Amino acid sequence: MKDYEVIIGLEVHAELSTNTKIYCNCTTEFGADPNTHCCPICTGMPGTLPVLNKKVVEYAVKMGLATNCKIANFSKQDRKNYYYPDLPKAYQISQYDLPLCENGHIDIEVDGKKKTIGITRIHIEEDAGKLIHDAYTGDTLVDMNRCSVPLIEIVSEPDMRSAKEAVEYMQALKSILEYLDICDCKMQEGSLRCDVNLSVRPVGQKEFGTRTETKNLNSFKAIQNSIEFEIKRQIEVLENGGTIYQETRRFDDAKGEGYAMRTKEEANDYRYFPEPDLAPIVLSDEYINSIKESLPELPNVKKERYLKEYNLSLYDANILTMSIKTANYFENVVKKCNNPKMVANWIMGDFARLLNENDISIDESKISEENLANLIDLIDKGTISSKIAKTVFEEMFNTGKEAKQIVEEKGLVQISDEGAIKEIVEKVVENNPQSIIDYKAGRDRALGFLVGQVMKESKGKANPGLVNKLLLEILNK
Amino acid sequence: MSVSREEVQKIAELSKLQFSENELEKFTKDLSNIVDFADKLAKLDVEGVKPTAHILDIQNVFKEDNVKPSYKREEILKNAPSAQGGCISVPKVVE
Repeated sequence: MKDYEVIIGLEVHAELSTNTKIYCNCTTEFGADPNTHCCPICTGMPGTLPVLNKKVVEYAVKMGLATNCKIANFSKQDRKNYYYPDLPKAYQISQYDLPLCENGHIDIEVDGKKKTIGITRIHIEEDAGKLIHDAYTGDTLVDMNRCSVPLIEIVSEPDMRSAKEAVEYMQALKSILEYLDICDCKMQEGSLRCDVNLSVRPVGQKEFGTRTETKNLNSFKAIQNSIEFEIKRQIEVLENGGTIYQETRRFDDAKGEGYAMRTKEEANDYRYFPEPDLAPIVLSDEYINSIKESLPELPNVKKERYLKEYNLSLYDANILTMSIKTANYFENVVKKCNNPKMVANWIMGDFARLLNENDISIDESKISEENLANLIDLIDKGTISSKIAKTVFEEMFNTGKEAKQIVEEKGLVQISDEGAIKEIVEKVVENNPQSIIDYKAGRDRALGFLVGQVMKESKGKANPGLVNKLLLEILNK
Repeated sequence: MSVSREEVQKIAELSKLQFSENELEKFTKDLSNIVDFADKLAKLDVEGVKPTAHILDIQNVFKEDNVKPSYKREEILKNAPSAQGGCISVPKVVE
C-alpha cells in the first residue's frame, strides 16, 4: 500500500447568541414549541422586508478580528437559491463574493507542535428551519423557529492533515467564540457544527485528490470518527483501483458509518445574486478599530500569561484556558489563595471529574470560588491533609457547604501533635513485628505498609510527613 | 437563441417546476429575449464604474437587537395547506 497524505478543510457554522433573529425581531431562544418564534419576515411571506440586525455585524467582525482576518470596508449580502422545505423563501440570504471577513489564521497545537491554520473567509447568513420526520403518518413536519437565526460560517483553508488537527482547530474556534461571548457553543443543540471537506493523495503527488464533503457534524467525537472513517474509505477505494466521486455525505455517529446522500441536485447550482432587499454594509476603520479595542484577552494570549505569571506547565495552561468559564474561575480562586499550582490541580483533577460525572459546567457547581480558595488555605496551613481534603471536597461539591464547616462537623482536623502521633506509631510497630524484620532486611515496602497502618489507625488524620519522620526514627534506632 | 432549451429545462428542475413542450419553447424564447435585452449592458463602456451592489444609494440599514412578540402560531400556520402537531406538514422528504 502507498503512503497517503490527508487534506482537510472545515466549514464551521456558529449560531450567534443575539437576542433576535438576523432580519426580524423574533427571539432566537432554543427549545420553544414549534412555530411560536415566527413572523411573516422569517417565514418568507411575500411582500415582507428584512432589515439586518446590527449585532450580527458586530459579532462577525469580532470573530474576524480575533482570527486575524481582514475586515471588509464594503460588504453585501446575496441570495443562495435552493428548494428545500426547511427554507421557506426558497433562498438563503448569505454572502457570496464580498464577505465581511477574509484571509485570517489561527494557531493550533498538536502533540506539542504549533501549526497555523488559514481562514479563507467568515460570512454572515441565516439558519434554516428544522424538519421532523413523522414515523406515524410518514409526512415531514416543518418547524420554522430556527429559520433566520443568525449564523457565521467560518471557512478554513485545506490546511489540516489529520483528524487530530481538525479536532484541535474546532476546539480552538470554540474557545475563541466562547471568549468573545458571541455563540453559546452548545454542540448538542446544533449551535456549533461543521462540515468536513476531505481528500487523500499519494505522498509526493502535487494535485489534490477529489474531495468529499461530510455535512453537519455536531460533536468532537463525530468529527474525529467521521474523518477517520472517510480517510479509510477513500484509501480503500483508491487501493482497489476505484474512483472517488465528489459528493455530499452524512455520518451516522451511532453506527460509526458514513454514507453518500441520495439527492440528485448535487450539481450545487445555487444561482447566487445580490440580495435586492438589503443595503450594502459599509464599515469605517474607526468602527473596526473600536471593535478591536473591545476584544477580551484571547485564549492564546491568556495561555502565555499563565505560563509566565503563574509558572504553570504548558499542559496545565492549555487545559485551564480552553474554556473562558474555567479560566475565570481559576483566576478568581488564585486571587484569593495565591497557590496557582494547587488551584490548577484541583480544577483539573477531582473537580473536573465530578463536573463531568454530573454533566454540569464549573459555573453551575455549588463550590464557590471563595470556598475552593478556603479549602486550599486549610491544606496550605496543614489544618487538613491533602488526602482528607479529597473527602471534604466531595462533600463541598455535593452540599455547597464551607470547607471549614465540614472539617469541624466531621472532626477531620489533621493531627500534627507529635506526641499523639508517636503513640499511634509505637502501637503499630508493636503490633507488626514481622514488618520491622522485613524493613531491617532492606525491604522498603515494609515502610509503606507501616505508614498505611498508622494512617488507618488515625482515620487518615495523622500528618503524613510527621508519621514518616517518627516511624523512621523508631525503625532506625 | 441566447438561452438554450436545455438551460430552461435545468432551471425548471432546480426550481422544482414541470413544463410541457409548448411551455418550454415559449420560455426559451421569452428568456432569450430578456437576456438579449440585458445584454445591451455588455456593449457599454463601464471602465471606472463600480459594480452595483444595490440599485438605491443606501447603506447600513440596521435594526436594533430587541425582541418583539412573534406571531401566534395559528396565524403562522394559516396559509399552510396542511398542518399537524403545530408544524407545517409536507410530503416526505428523503435525503
